[in-house]
Amino acid sequence: MLTADDLRAQVRAFLVAHDPAVTERMDFLRARFDAGLAWVHYPAGLGGQGLPRTLQKAVDAEFAAADAPTNRPERNGIGLGMAAPTILAYGSDEQKNRWLRPLWTGEEIWCQLFSEPGAGSDLANLATRAVRDGDRWIVNGQKVWTSSAHMAARALLVTRTDPDQPKHRGLTYFSANMKAPGVEVRPLRQATGEAEFNEVFLTDVVIPDSDRIGDIGQGWAVSTATLMNERVALGAFVIPREGGMIGFSAKTWRERPDLRTPGLHDQLLRLWAAAEVARLAGERLRQQLAAGQPGPEGSGAKLVAAKLNQEIAGFEVELLGAGGLLYGDWTMRRPDGADFYGRDAGYRFMRSKGNSIEGGTSEILRNIVAERVLGLPPEIRLDKDKPWKDLPR
Amino acid sequence: MEGPAQVSQQAEVAAEPAWVADEAEGVRLPDMTYTEQETELRSAVRSVLADRADFNAVLARTETADTYDTGLWRALASDVGCAGLLIPESLGGAGASFREAAVVCEEVGRSLAPVPFLGSAAIATVALLAVHDRGEPGAELAGELLSDLAAVRSTAALAVPFASVPGNRVDPTVRVMPPADGDAEGTYRLSGTVAGVADALPADMLVVPGDGVPRGLFVVRAGEAGLSKSPVVSLDMTRQLCDLRLDNVRARRIAAGQRAELAVAAALQAGAAMLAAEQLGLADRALEITLAYVKQRHQFARPIGSFQAIKHRIADWWVAVTQARAASRYAVACLAEDDPDTRVAVALAKAVCSETAVLAGQEMIQLHGGIGFSWEHPAHLYLKRAKSSSIALGTADRHRASLAALVNLPPAPPA
Repeated sequence: MLTADDLRAQVRAFLVAHDPAVTERMDFLRARFDAGLAWVHYPAGLGGQGLPRTLQKAVDAEFAAADAPTNRPERNGIGLGMAAPTILAYGSDEQKNRWLRPLWTGEEIWCQLFSEPGAGSDLANLATRAVRDGDRWIVNGQKVWTSSAHMAARALLVTRTDPDQPKHRGLTYFSANMKAPGVEVRPLRQATGEAEFNEVFLTDVVIPDSDRIGDIGQGWAVSTATLMNERVALGAFVIPREGGMIGFSAKTWRERPDLRTPGLHDQLLRLWAAAEVARLAGERLRQQLAAGQPGPEGSGAKLVAAKLNQEIAGFEVELLGAGGLLYGDWTMRRPDGADFYGRDAGYRFMRSKGNSIEGGTSEILRNIVAERVLGLPPEIRLDKDKPWKDLPR
Repeated sequence: MEGPAQVSQQAEVAAEPAWVADEAEGVRLPDMTYTEQETELRSAVRSVLADRADFNAVLARTETADTYDTGLWRALASDVGCAGLLIPESLGGAGASFREAAVVCEEVGRSLAPVPFLGSAAIATVALLAVHDRGEPGAELAGELLSDLAAVRSTAALAVPFASVPGNRVDPTVRVMPPADGDAEGTYRLSGTVAGVADALPADMLVVPGDGVPRGLFVVRAGEAGLSKSPVVSLDMTRQLCDLRLDNVRARRIAAGQRAELAVAAALQAGAAMLAAEQLGLADRALEITLAYVKQRHQFARPIGSFQAIKHRIADWWVAVTQARAASRYAVACLAEDDPDTRVAVALAKAVCSETAVLAGQEMIQLHGGIGFSWEHPAHLYLKRAKSSSIALGTADRHRASLAALVNLPPAPPA
């Protein structure tokens, strides 16, 4: 098997053939994909070489050292983090060849059309209908809380194709063209004043059957694969001490002795300790995985992060006293992506309220920990075996 | 990421997360996992404890005259080699590190076994090691005593109150007296009392900080005339405290002045980390027992563990244990490597594990309902051990105050 050094040599040879100083950016990225140096753990022919994921780091470092253009992964988080693994797992060969290359290069940004006004925690209750019409499907419905929809070229879309089946069984998964007629994207202004997210209205949108991912009626299994990747992406990266939300409060505490009170000191120390331990727990999880001993601890990471972010941000606003009465800017804006820590304390306070809702509410996550990790009996379900169309709503 | 509320209950724990390879730049933390040897040691200790420290035996012993199980201690100490874990091989010990010792503490915490591992094999041993490793005048005697401990010829305790706070100076309550007529060269006499000492009841060797001229650390044999140990009724009778009274007792000195203080400080710091590991084990086992109960206990014709009111409490408890485990493993890994962050790590671990253990004891009783409040059920012993341990070797609050100084988060100025 190839080593990191072999890959570094490949990158150097590639850079000789495609000098980043004189090659057009997109040509460079396409060539990098075709050389199997995009994501080495992907299969050959799809941007990779079927190697362990751990080797990617060496490749990226070598390209970075040469000042090569990147695919700007921060602009396409859903595409790279969720769409690509879903396509890889459930897409046809033709779909993989068609979608993965422009996805990786960033030519096509992806978004995710899952949640609906009537299907949040209970995603499988979704009502967006896809009706077959020969070799195409006609889609009608409304999706909500869609980030990047206003920038996206393509979407992951889950729809109801058979309302007579119980809710998990009548779903089918597609890739939708966001530029198709009938797709309307409207900003969804959130409690912080700005609009990271969108509402997406689908009116008689035509999707060719060749853009269906997985079998008809298999939409739930494909959606689950997508969501697995979301929750993992959300709560478990390792940061330096005071690198997260607590850093702002610690800095303010050190710089503003006038704000200190004994009660706030006690709160700060409790929060500091909890934040530091959460950081250590994240690192411990990473060490376990690196040592080949994956544990279930990651399931709790997002629960901890959401609670901590909210408590710390609430503390920070109170610490600021009169300053905590202010807010940077309520103007409706369209930021490029999610930003939990950016801007001022008031923004952090409000934005963190979303952390225990987005990507699975803390209540649903507690159910998952209780049932999947600890083996407690599942919720009693009244909706599992009834046709979806007969459920009360 | 897409918006709120969309992981459904069907979502699975992912097998290969995308961020595994993304090592954080510049962040290098010691190994917080359990090594294979540590896991083997755990199995050995657990099998002895399963045989000899089942709950009924532990409960029954709390109401006898000998609240410590010296037979069980002998088995752990000799057969598994727990007594000399931290003692170098040159002195007959296992030459293991705090990582292994912490695993034993976790197991002792899980079972509430009434054995003096913490007091003898950790705290007193570390005090003696601190003296021995400095190669000073008392080093040779300390080495002999360590050999006795490793060979289980002796069991020791550091004569300080169990509520002593690491990082704070321990002011000795025992005075050094003038030698008596006929005392051999190098013999000292000690008088005074030490209240609330842990693991001193089964100890035949006491390591005693003494004040006066000379100030120092002394060793007293349990059989010496003038020494009395009075058992006290303790909140946690699985680790019964005693009051020591020394009335002109003969002693030998192993360290003097600041060296004695450093030895005591090292012992208390290591003790706090080892106690945090005990607290982790306690919280983990209390959760296991409670989990099994809520799965089988039926009310309203369904297992009570199927109610979200119960499930969510259990899930939060499990999350708290995962956090405590990270804190504990970080502290013992730092101690083992003598990491510059050790003081932060130990304060953090004791603060966090104290609260998690108390949470565990409280949840254990509540989620068992009536049976959890009965004498015949283990829950009360878990809570008593947890609460007692949360006060011992520094409360969470004291350790957070230490953190404040260590990480530069100073208190509010006086009003």
